[in-house]
Formats: sequence, C-alpha cells, structure tokens
Amino acid sequence: MTETLFKPGHTACAGCGQAIAARLVIDAAGKNTMIANNTGCLEVFSTKYPESAWCVPWIHSLFENCAAVASGIESGLKYLGKKDTINVIAQGGDGGTADIGLQALSGMLERGHDVLYVCYDNEAYMNTGIQRSGLTPTTSNTTTTPPGSASFGNPRPKKPMPDIAAAHGIPYVATASVGYPQDIQKKVKKALSIKGPKYIQIHVPCPLGWRHESSQTSEVAKLAVETGLYPIFEYENGQLIPRKIASVKPVEEYLKVQGRFKHLLKDAKGLKEIQAVADYNIKKYQLKAQE
Amino acid sequence: MKQFLEGSHAVAEIVKRCRPGVVSAYPITPQTHIVEDLAQMVSNQELNAQFVNVESEHSAASVVLGGEATGVRSYTATSSQGLLLMAEVVFNIAGMRLPVVMTTANRAISAPINIWNDQQDVMVVRDSGWVLFFAESIQEAVDLHLQAYKLGEDPDVMLPVMVNMDGFILTHGMEAVDMPSQEEVDRYLPAYKTTYKLDVENPLTMGYLADPDYYLEIRYMVQETHTELLSKIPQLAGEFKKTFGRESGGLIQTYRMEDAEQAFVAAGSVCGTIRDAIDELRAKGKKVGLVKIATYRPFPKDAIASSLKNVKEVAVVDKSISLGGFGPFYTDVTSALLSLGAQAPKTSGFILGLGGRDIRVKSILDVYEKLSGKQVDCAFIGLKQELLAETE
Ligand SMILES: Cc1ncc(C[n+]2csc(CCOP(=O)(O)OP(=O)(O)O)c2C)c(N)n1
Ligand code: SF4
Ligand SMILES: [Mg+2]
Repeated sequence: MTETLFKPGHTACAGCGQAIAARLVIDAAGKNTMIANNTGCLEVFSTKYPESAWCVPWIHSLFENCAAVASGIESGLKYLGKKDTINVIAQGGDGGTADIGLQALSGMLERGHDVLYVCYDNEAYMNTGIQRSGLTPTTSNTTTTPPGSASFGNPRPKKPMPDIAAAHGIPYVATASVGYPQDIQKKVKKALSIKGPKYIQIHVPCPLGWRHESSQTSEVAKLAVETGLYPIFEYENGQLIPRKIASVKPVEEYLKVQGRFKHLLKDAKGLKEIQAVADYNIKKYQLKAQE
Repeated sequence: MKQFLEGSHAVAEIVKRCRPGVVSAYPITPQTHIVEDLAQMVSNQELNAQFVNVESEHSAASVVLGGEATGVRSYTATSSQGLLLMAEVVFNIAGMRLPVVMTTANRAISAPINIWNDQQDVMVVRDSGWVLFFAESIQEAVDLHLQAYKLGEDPDVMLPVMVNMDGFILTHGMEAVDMPSQEEVDRYLPAYKTTYKLDVENPLTMGYLADPDYYLEIRYMVQETHTELLSKIPQLAGEFKKTFGRESGGLIQTYRMEDAEQAFVAAGSVCGTIRDAIDELRAKGKKVGLVKIATYRPFPKDAIASSLKNVKEVAVVDKSISLGGFGPFYTDVTSALLSLGAQAPKTSGFILGLGGRDIRVKSILDVYEKLSGKQVDCAFIGLKQELLAETE
C-alpha cells in the first residue's frame, strides 16, 4: 500500500465501509487538502483525543455545520490568496447531510463555495445506535423503525439527495460505492479539478447497523449497485452519466445478506415494493447496459 | 476628531478598521445596520474581506468559526433569536479557543416576539466561555471592539469576545464619537498571527472527541484562562487609556462610590440613567453610587466585593431574568458578596425594562425607594397592575 493520509489504528468496527471510503477520498485528494467533518461515526473513530488518524488539516465543529465551516475555511483561504492551491472538503454521514445539515449544505451549494462535499451514506444514524435517517431505505429495520404488527420497518423511501444537490445547479454531482474503490478516487479527483461546489455521495455498508458479515462489506456494496438499489451516476453540469449494470440481479440477493431486511424475506408484498424501487432507479438513471 | 454617528455605523466603522478577513452574518433587528454597513464597505472595497451571506445564524457562526480556524480575523453580529439559534456554535467556538469577535445588539426573546431592548439574549450563552463585555455608550462600544480583538487574540488567552450593546438604545442612537483612525488602530491592533490554525504545512486536528479522561481538564483550562483575565482586563483598559486617552471597559467602573452607603449594580446603557438618578439623590444628600459591570464574564467577583464592602444596601438592576429564579446579575453579585461574610451588604434584586419597557430616572428612583425596605430578591419594577388584573 502506498502512503496514506488516513492512518490505521482508528477505532472503527471491523469492515466499516465508511472507514475504507474516507481513506480513499483523502488519498485521492492529496495532502493539500483541508477537511471539515460533521459529528458521526467517522469523526468519533478517527479523532479520539489525543490520537488522530488524519495527516491533513482537519476540523470537527458540530453535527450539522461542516458545510458552513467549510464555507468559512474556503473564505479564509480566499482572503489569504491560498484557495487555488488548497482543496476544501466538507464531509459527514447521511444524517448529518440529508437531515440536520441539509440547510447548511444547501447554503454552501447555493453560494457557490469552491468546496467538495462528501456524504458517507450508511443509511442510518449509526453513531447514536442505528436510528433512521432521511436516507434510510424503505422497510429497513432501524431502532426507531422497528417492524411490528403495525409496521413494516422504515415507511419512506430514500430522500433523493443527489438530485437535491444537483437542483442547486452545481457543476458536479456523483454517487459512488465503496464496492468500487477506483471509481471513488476517480470521481474525487474529477470533482476537485472543477471549481465551485461539488457533491459526492458514497454508499458505505455498516456491518453493525446492517447486520452483515464484516468480511462482506465490498460484496454487500456491490450487490446494492448490481440490483439497482444504489444507482451509480454522475451529473456533469446537469448531464446524467450513469454507470451501467452489466446484468441486473433481483433485490432479494442484496436483502438476504443483511439482518436489517430479514423481516421482509418472508413477505412477498414487501419484496415487491423494494423491487419496484430498484426498477424505478434503473429507469430513472438509465442503468441498464443495453437499451 | 469627534463625529456624530449612529451606533451601528460607528461599530461598522471600527470593525472595518480592525481589518477582519471573514465577515458573516444573518439579518435580525436591531443588528442589521451594522452588517449592512459592512457589506457596503466590502462592496466599495473600503474593506478587504470575504463577506459571506449565509442562510442562518447557525451558519454565520459556523462560517466565522471556519474563517478563524484558517488563522484569519473574523467577525459576526447578531441579536435575540439569532443568538439563540447560533448558541450551539457559540459554545463550540469558545471550546475550540477561536478568538472570534461578535457584536450582540441586545434584544428581548420570543414569546411574545418583541424586537425591543433588554438583555435576556446574552444570558442564554452566558456559560459558553466567551468573554462578555457590556457597553454603556456608543463610544464604549467602539472602544470595546478594539479591546475585544486585542484581548481574544492574545496567545495566552485565545478566547472569543462578545461586545454587548443595548439594541436600539445604542445601535440606533446617535452620539458624538471619537473614532480612532486607521493608523491608530493598525498600531494598536497588529495583524492576527497564530500557529493554532488549519495549515497544510503543519496539519493539525481541531475539534477532537475528548472522553472522561480528558474533558474535565480541557474545560478547567478555559476556566483558568478566565481567572487570568481578571488581571489582564484591567491592564488592557489601562493600556487603552494610555493610547487613546479614554476610560473604556475594564472589569467594573464606579460612579460616586467614595463615600456611598447605598449602591446600584448594573450593566449597559441603563447605567447612564442610573448616573442621572444618583445625581438627583446626591443633591438631596443621599450617599448613593453605582458599580457598573463592564465585563460580565469573567465575573469580576473580587472587584465587585471590594467596591461594595463599605456599603449597607445594594440594588442589583437586571434587564433579564432566569425565569423561575432570579436576575442573572443578582445571582452573581450575591455570590461575590459571600466573601465579605457578616460584612456583606443587604442586597436586593430588581427586574426592569424587559421587552423594551422604558427605564426612566423615575424607574431608578422607584428601585431606590424599595432599597431601604425589606430585602427582595426578584422584584419587578413598573408592572402595570391593571394588565395583570385583566388576565385573571
Ligand atoms: C444537534 C445534535 N443532535 C444530535 C446529535 C447526536 N448525534 C451525533 S452523531 C448522530 C448520528 C450521525 O448519523 P450520520 O450523520 O448518518 O453519521 P454516522 O454516524 O451514521 O456515520 C447523532 C444523532 C448531535 N451530536 N448534535
Ligand atoms: S457502526 Fe457502522 S459506520 Fe460506525 S464504525 Fe461501526 S461499522 Fe462503521
Ligand atoms: Mg449514517
């Protein structure tokens, strides 16, 4: 392994997709990068005083304000005349991005700051014990959407965050998956080569919250993509560029390796509902290889 | 040379001369004139700063946090609901030891919504670790901004400083102000330099998670710095006087306390009204004086106790209240007076002026009337009994 800017020895769970993705992101960005990080698993497992995994300037303020802090950093660097040589990344989990931090993120995108925002999407509030977020998928079992006689698990589909980001008219939006490390790094490099606000959302399995084997992180991530449940695409200046799926798999293959969907497997109606989500994604983001 | 200026404009002028590199704020009455003026100055290239028009006060505070973290002098201003919305960030800025300066145009808190002056807003962030200055006049507000940067950026201090100025009364009032020139300010306040910053050559991690093995000491260090400020702030005011020839700030200021047997304790613009009331009372032979709280955090407990040690009766005037408890100044002053033991004066607490209710000399004389009576800890002055009866 070449030298990394995100040192091992942090306290993430074994097989944490977010830990893998965060290293890929910073190593692609390089050492002339400053990071503002929201509260969440990544911040907690990488900076427990007095240890830090980060070899770049890194700041954590609060749960929901990394986009605003990054706006301030970018403004400070502009004032100092250093912005052209330094990348600024704001990053956080799905909860810190799509829920409580959405306003700050929207402000940052709308104001046009030269910042790359990275959302590590593990589809729930993991740091506080697997509660649902706006990016938790339909029917998922979280501690605040437990299935029961009156409930099917999470009642709502994922908030279309990449489209919300794109609707700000920003030059670059992408999704990625920790199942495809080179794709993550390619997109981070591309994003950083573009001036203005950028948004990348990375699907990062969480063995603890999703209840899958910690050795299966990459496979689980790939299955989400291959079933169409996690569409991988870019919007370059609003233009959709999908990553095609060679052969689409039924959603069951993805669901059955995770405890959070266990209650569904006995339920044909539930399965159908989720297949419909995948079918919708495949159509909307033009994911089929031959059409 | 003195200029006749509106308070907000005067603050914008002095902030401009302090040369902040990042300015971010969100509009709220009565703070708006300050940031509108700064926006115009940036637009006219009178001020070389990044002016960041944010979508909320939470982000305004976060932007200046980020700016300051890059080692760039930063400024924000707010009031009332805005300060409450940014409260989370306000605490965070202090805990991270970032010497941001903020103006708070003190205003009442909702509900009921009310845009007029009192001092309830700042009390919400009283415990945040910020140094809290209170200005009595527009001149003092101007001078305190200079002192705020000077103090906060001191490498032995590294704390944010808030200059409180009463909304409308000072922000929209007019006064003849001695405005320091750019050259004077540059001499007094050199460019901000720090090694505690985000820097790719020396990559620091800022904003760690600290577990129970570390947290207590980190908080203690903030408290210890505040204790050291109790000697630094009088020095700061002394140096300021030497440089600019004016008394401004300090921990406390006193008025006609030499032989006083009774005293008021208060902060902010109400002190002017109290001075007038004291002159009236003195003319009638009453030995009464004023102790003005110029710095509320750190709380100048020794200075207050020693200024009140020969006094028999003290009236603490609060323009805010801890509902269900007491006026915040009252709580602090009575704590400070405990050190006098049996010599401690009889101390009463009075609540005045909430939501912009006018405080006149007559109101202060009403307080004075009650002072020699039974000790009270939270007496409201100027209540309209007919309104209270109506709601029953
Ligand atoms: C204002 C505020 N509300 C709630 C919390 C508690 N909290 C800390 S992290 C977190 C969840 C983080 O979820 P996410 O952003 O998805 O990141 P993850 O831990 O899943 O990586 C919550 C709810 C907080 N720190 N601050
Ligand atoms: S709970 Fe999930 S996201 Fe958090 S460290 Fe563990 S695996 Fe990673
Ligand atoms: Mg999450």
